[in-house]
Amino acid sequence: MSAVKPSPGRSLGGTLRQLVSGKHRSPLPGFGPGLAVTISWLTVMLFVPLMALIAKSVSLTPAEFLTAAWSERARAAYMLTFGAAAIAAVVDVALGLLFAWVIVRYRFPGRQMLDAIVDLPFALPTAVAGLVYSSLYVKNGWFGQFLVPLGIEGAYSRFAIVLVLIFLGLPFVVRTVQPLLSSLEGDIEEAAASLGASRWQTFTRVILPSVMPALYTGFALAFARGLGEYGSIIFVSTNIPYKSEIAPMLIYSRLEDYKYEEATAIAVVLLAGSITTLMLINWLEARNRRYAR
Amino acid sequence: MHVNSVRTQKTAGRMVANEPLWFRILLISLCYLIAIVLIIVPLIYVFVQAFSEGISGWWNNLFNDAETRHSVFLTLIVVPLAVLVNTVCGVAAAWTLTKFKFPGRTLLMTALDLPFAVSPVVAGLMFVLLYNLRTGYFAPLLNEIGFKIIFAWPGLVMATMFVTIPFVARELIPLMQALGDDEELAAVSLGASPWQIFWRVTLPNIKWGLLFGVIQCNARAIGEFGAVYVVSGRIERETYTMALRVEKLFQDYNNPGSYAVASVLTLMALSTLVLKIILERMVAASMEQSSSE
Repeated sequence: MSAVKPSPGRSLGGTLRQLVSGKHRSPLPGFGPGLAVTISWLTVMLFVPLMALIAKSVSLTPAEFLTAAWSERARAAYMLTFGAAAIAAVVDVALGLLFAWVIVRYRFPGRQMLDAIVDLPFALPTAVAGLVYSSLYVKNGWFGQFLVPLGIEGAYSRFAIVLVLIFLGLPFVVRTVQPLLSSLEGDIEEAAASLGASRWQTFTRVILPSVMPALYTGFALAFARGLGEYGSIIFVSTNIPYKSEIAPMLIYSRLEDYKYEEATAIAVVLLAGSITTLMLINWLEARNRRYAR
Repeated sequence: MHVNSVRTQKTAGRMVANEPLWFRILLISLCYLIAIVLIIVPLIYVFVQAFSEGISGWWNNLFNDAETRHSVFLTLIVVPLAVLVNTVCGVAAAWTLTKFKFPGRTLLMTALDLPFAVSPVVAGLMFVLLYNLRTGYFAPLLNEIGFKIIFAWPGLVMATMFVTIPFVARELIPLMQALGDDEELAAVSLGASPWQIFWRVTLPNIKWGLLFGVIQCNARAIGEFGAVYVVSGRIERETYTMALRVEKLFQDYNNPGSYAVASVLTLMALSTLVLKIILERMVAASMEQSSSE
């Protein structure tokens, strides 16, 4: 995640290592117990639950799985979930780049406050975000009284889902772009300028390519957050099947009817979708990083 | 990521802001506008609504409502339990994964990130599939010993734990990698016991980073909604956490009550932000100290 600096005195460490053990493996204690704790923790909390999901979905015949996971209602829910998360993540990339740019490069009153407040969506419970967003944008709400007459429905609509996801995803992009942007050396820009590049050219040809990997990562994190989000959306959406029902909500309503198999099938599709996107973006980021060098 | 952003802020000053003044002002105002609309007004709105019946009204809504009181109590049990387990295991995992090289290490590292890709509702579903008393994979065992996990507090703890698995370990791994293990190796060569090494050498080096991870884990645990919603079964005075209570009061058209609980959650989020700022400085200072030595 962060650039790891090789610590000074590595040779000292190497010498000590040879002195103490003479073997390749680290002479530090705690490997056995540490590994035992780590593996049991992840097994109980992560691997066994994941296996339960897989076991349940495998217990369905392929035909049953398809009827449950690919019904018209489920397809509509996937479309909305993936669509809203993607749009929100794209908007977050633009807004996040703007925030990171302004916070890193300019000095102005309130800069530190702005820098700090960007983290609020990380810390604020999503139920609170949903509660507030649902009432700010209704007809007589603080924003809604101006927006609703213009035909902009920021609550109880699909736009409302996108809006709250933009709020939740913003810090992911800002916090991934910020370190990269501030580590850029000023002399590269000066070089570009001295070679006759305009500011816009410098931005698109020099700065943008070097922050691109961070933009991909930020997009992926915001997108993954948006795909899974539930707490805030049940407040701001009308939750009507086929129209404004997101996939996690459909999973929950199957669960409420004790239709665990159907819920599992939909969950597997949602999970596969988010893991595939994350892997794809990881690959894109790695490729981009290689070419940027 | 966070550690880096602080460290580089100092060097960012030398960067030349060579954009024209009007352009800089435009971007800064745009940032302010977005921050006000997306973050600051919603923040203010919570408190305006919560105190719409005055301070005594706010107090009544919080503490003269038995269900709300119970939700505060339950949150105070569930969150510390989940955070405690994830902290102890997260430290063990970070130690094992940074101090030793072994086959499967990368796999475990990837597994730590997995909860980010899983929708909280899907996480909740996994635990329902495992532990529900009718069809769950562990139902025979649980019925035998008469222990209820789903629709009871142990389920709330497990669901909260799942969602917050990455936080402590993910904060510590880059920090411990950057610090290296020279000091620990020196301690071993001088004959220190494993506990001495951990308490006297490692912990003092990582304490701020650890606290940082714990605070983030805590904020996420308090706000967790989707996973907890699924496993809680929403039983009055039994399985409502504060975040769930906000939604229940909202559904019951009890807006002042809902906002009163939301205002407490928002205060917690704000104190998280303040603590984060303080800790970021501490981490940056301790990193600088260790690299200058």
